[in-house]
Amino acid sequence: MAKLYPECSPEEDILEPKQETIDFLLSYSKALRVVKCKSLTFDTLLN
Amino acid sequence: MKSCFYALKVMIMKQELITDAELVKLYISGEEAALSKLIYRHKQRIYSFIYSKVFDKDIAEDIFQDTFIKVIKTLKRGKYNEEGKFLPWVMRISHNLIIDYFRKNGRMPKFDNSGDFNIFSVLSDSSLNAEKRLIKTQVENDVRRLIEELPKDQREVLVMRIYKDMSFKEISERTGVSINTALGRMRYALINLRKVIEANNIILTN
Repeated sequence: MAKLYPECSPEEDILEPKQETIDFLLSYSKALRVVKCKSLTFDTLLN
Repeated sequence: MKSCFYALKVMIMKQELITDAELVKLYISGEEAALSKLIYRHKQRIYSFIYSKVFDKDIAEDIFQDTFIKVIKTLKRGKYNEEGKFLPWVMRISHNLIIDYFRKNGRMPKFDNSGDFNIFSVLSDSSLNAEKRLIKTQVENDVRRLIEELPKDQREVLVMRIYKDMSFKEISERTGVSINTALGRMRYALINLRKVIEANNIILTN
């Protein structure tokens, strides 16, 4: 009896975030500046 | 000379020789490429963990993003203590955000008890009937009243830990005491709660 194999093996669904999300995070990090003034901390986003 | 050193650093990063701790240190010192390396190194592990709990790619995307926004802010604020545990720390952040998501949506997560998600950290249960909902509300009110009987410092720590899901590190920073003191106060809060419950024969069941 012939063995039955699928013609092409199903690709594993690799779970990964979208490239847009990663690009956003890297841009966010570059834009974020943390300023400390006495006991206060301010987050600012540079354009 | 400086550019040679920079080129060597980049080369080492590319060759995967550099540890997470070293990348974090580089990132904190201003090397943005180090963050990129960290994200690419761990994105699949973290994203698949989130997806395994929420089973929705868009929501997993949001939680992944929020996780790393917290990571970036904490690192840039200089509030990260390097103990060689970058990935567990990030996983813990994503875990807490998953809990926040389920609390906000009032849904139970699909869970696997053998994994690192504790189902009992989510309080809401939409399958309760009217009677059980009433009992649950009564129990929660009773617990709240008992907590009000605690000494202020113990009450403060317990509320922050249980109701605001703050870490002991965050609690110690907010209250101005050491982590050990915060842990001690939590321990005594629970001991005292048990004493009050036993002394008054209070039954807290659902």
